[in-house]
Amino acid sequence: MNYEILLPNSSFKECADYIKKNFKEIYFVPAGYKIFDNYLVGVPPIPIAVDNDDIIMPYVKPCHGCFVLRIPGKEEVGVLRKAK
Amino acid sequence: MKALFMMGCPELPVQTAAALYIANKLNKEGFEVTSAGNKAAISLLLNSDPEKHYIKKVMDLDRCIGALAEKTIDFDLCFVFIHSDSGISYLATIKSISKAKTIAVIFGKEIEPLIEASGDSIIIAAKAVHNPTPLRAQIDGVKSWAALTR
Repeated sequence: MNYEILLPNSSFKECADYIKKNFKEIYFVPAGYKIFDNYLVGVPPIPIAVDNDDIIMPYVKPCHGCFVLRIPGKEEVGVLRKAK
Repeated sequence: MKALFMMGCPELPVQTAAALYIANKLNKEGFEVTSAGNKAAISLLLNSDPEKHYIKKVMDLDRCIGALAEKTIDFDLCFVFIHSDSGISYLATIKSISKAKTIAVIFGKEIEPLIEASGDSIIIAAKAVHNPTPLRAQIDGVKSWAALTR
């Protein structure tokens, strides 16, 4: 999967705040939300942003903390917008 | 009765010791214990308990989250092993996607913020990195885990 790390090795709260502060189109999803064949881990409600055709989302790694990733959105952008 | 261990990065040595110690107590009360973790955490458990006397099943962490989210599995108790912010994220996730009663097993050097962030979970916490004795003392303070399922 192609992705860009926008914020590395941070706490979940720092990642959630980064997304809420830096993007306008934001959707809040529950923990365990399935996106890109991955089930999101985090403190709900979990913010996911849409920027052009990209998804901006937090991603928790057990050993490395939380990251904010920018990933080409494909059909996930449509799924988020439709669910609103 | 079924119990789940959610195990994160095993960089602190007490994690594996605490997990096996709790699993022994759970087994005596009739629980079947499944452990979910990353490769390193699971490898440490399986090398410490090669005949699976204590841990009956193991699962990949991401697959376990997926199965809980899809409601194909669930547990009566879930012990989330926490020594960093990532552990708090896993605890919050389990509370959202599982009906299990959650127990936050907190260890490391700076446990106070983790205790504060654990909300209404049952908390077993001690400052412990290499020596599991302080954590074991907290675990021993619980007389019956089965009672939590009633």
